[in-house]
Amino acid sequence: MSILVNKNTRVVVQGITGNEGLFHTQQMVEYGTNIVGGTRPGKGGEWVLDGKVPVFDSVRLVVEAKGANCSVIFVPARFAPDAIFESADAGIPLIVCITEGVPVQDMMRVRNYLDQKNIRLVGPNCPGLLTPGEAKVGIIPGNIAIKGNVGVVSRSGTLTYEVLYALKEVGMGVSTCVGIGGDPINGTNFIDCLSMFEADPYTEKIVLIGEIGGTDEEKAAEFIGDNLTKPVVSFIAGQTAPPGKRMGHAGAIIEGGSGLAADKVKALQAVGVRVARHPEEIPSLLKETVET
Amino acid sequence: MKLHEYQSKQIFSKYGIPIPKGRVAATADEAKQIAEELGGRIVIKSQVLVGGRGKAGGIRLAKNPQEAAEVARQILAMDIKGLPVRRVLVDEAANIEKEIYLGITNDRAARKPVMMCSAAGGVDIEEVARTTPEKIIKVHIDPLLGLRDYQAYDIAAGIDLPRELWRSFLTIAHGLWKAYSANDATLAEINPLVIANGRLLAVDGKMVIDDNALFRHPELAEMRDLDIEAPSEIEARKYGLSFIKLDGSIGCMVNGAGLAMTTMDIIKLFGGEPANFLDIGGGAGADKVAAAFRIILADPNVKAVLINIFGGITRCDEVARGILAAMDEVKPNVPMVVRLVGTNAEEGRRLLAEANMITAETLADAAKKAVSVAQAVVKEG
Repeated sequence: MSILVNKNTRVVVQGITGNEGLFHTQQMVEYGTNIVGGTRPGKGGEWVLDGKVPVFDSVRLVVEAKGANCSVIFVPARFAPDAIFESADAGIPLIVCITEGVPVQDMMRVRNYLDQKNIRLVGPNCPGLLTPGEAKVGIIPGNIAIKGNVGVVSRSGTLTYEVLYALKEVGMGVSTCVGIGGDPINGTNFIDCLSMFEADPYTEKIVLIGEIGGTDEEKAAEFIGDNLTKPVVSFIAGQTAPPGKRMGHAGAIIEGGSGLAADKVKALQAVGVRVARHPEEIPSLLKETVET
Repeated sequence: MKLHEYQSKQIFSKYGIPIPKGRVAATADEAKQIAEELGGRIVIKSQVLVGGRGKAGGIRLAKNPQEAAEVARQILAMDIKGLPVRRVLVDEAANIEKEIYLGITNDRAARKPVMMCSAAGGVDIEEVARTTPEKIIKVHIDPLLGLRDYQAYDIAAGIDLPRELWRSFLTIAHGLWKAYSANDATLAEINPLVIANGRLLAVDGKMVIDDNALFRHPELAEMRDLDIEAPSEIEARKYGLSFIKLDGSIGCMVNGAGLAMTTMDIIKLFGGEPANFLDIGGGAGADKVAAAFRIILADPNVKAVLINIFGGITRCDEVARGILAAMDEVKPNVPMVVRLVGTNAEEGRRLLAEANMITAETLADAAKKAVSVAQAVVKEG
């Protein structure tokens, strides 16, 4: 068991012929992900990876021909919103957008459109999903995690790999790792993942990796206090970061909370979450949760 | 990217928002000439990208062109919070009867733009937000529909705006929405929007543009004021690097913002001080890594460099080649501690093993080694 993706997920890669798209398609195929096709408008009918993966002109065609039910996006930022709309209109229920640098107003239009259609987006600016032993959808290196019962959700990219690697080093496995991305407007948040992990019988413990800015960690803390029975261990990056550049009066008004690491740590600790001082402390904190 | 007041107001004006008559000047003579054209009382406003210009003496009134020239001369000689005043805005002074706040920004939590308005506008709006938030009206705007007329009327009614000004307010609210949405702003605000001689006037304005959207606004990208950035930060942006200079002795080169912050945190946890935040980003090629190296090593405080790369999109062999090319070019004279893990890490490590670099397995180990070699360098020096 896992959340969001497993070995039956049928994945289409948008932007499969670009450098990054092709490199990571190969990595995903080697991992065993069921990549059913890729898209690049104008290159339909070609094949990549020595004839292993067919290229189509549109996502709709991959859905019709191959029954794709998940897309992963590697196109440049200026084309990413269109790629998301395309998948949504083709009926893809789970869209994973790796691309970073998507304009925030584009993302607000995307998110409001997807909400009306009840489609789940993960990202943008994220490393994607990994269900060890079954599927990786995105760029998380497959060899740094093993199958297990820890659910991992993170706003960060490479910091997530640190944590997966630290878990693997002590033989702890992962049910699913979700990189939700660090952009101000994204598709899936901590609370979405926490409630999926809570409902997943295979996940026994949860690791939540946050960072400074916004108030998502504080909201997650509130949700954990009210709804979660499974133990949560956390790490918050940016404890020593200098105060960021303020965004004028309106930014200060709307953010409400300060976005400081200390406030997030305090909110999480208040609901019983153990917060690590650095990522490599996470495995021992997870072990302690068994004893209590 | 922040825009100056005069740039923001020019944009507002394009969308039908009334602004005071005036122009920007770089010299006292220009200021005098503008004052002569305007006639009457004028206000001279320093154009620097920091708050608190007024309290610092950077906004002053003048009664006539001679006085305008003198005031402009004084303000143009000022530094405000470390920033040189290179230009002043010379505006006709308004007879302010009332100050209103009107702004639009992105509400992360609601995932929508939000228009905010308060009858208690002016310099203390943040204080108002903190102590009496009920005095600020917030209206969320559907990004697919845009601002609707009824929403603007709701706001006008909510701040008890005199009814004879509602039509003008509607034009201004729509203008601000268009300025915000058409220019990919993350903030567009008028503070204060004043009532002067019975009409509404945008006396001060501010816009912040989404850096990620500048590709479709080349004319805005050209407006960037480089004074607010350290030269090293400007150099970093040229190569697509995210860099912030700090005061410590351990230079950091990391891929990913979260991991870069974590690396800073752990250096501090083990008794060191980071010299910078540097995220080399995804897909970093050799030239990008070399540029990162030059920027870090240009700081004389740097006594050691910690390179922490976890390969995902960035392949470790590519990073290793970048490091080696940069070593050849820069010939660094400080110890280097390197940690590479992830995609193609073995190939990366093999390449670096030949280059006499200190390697580390774990993040904690890497941080401890960097702290200890930096301290050793300081003692020797």
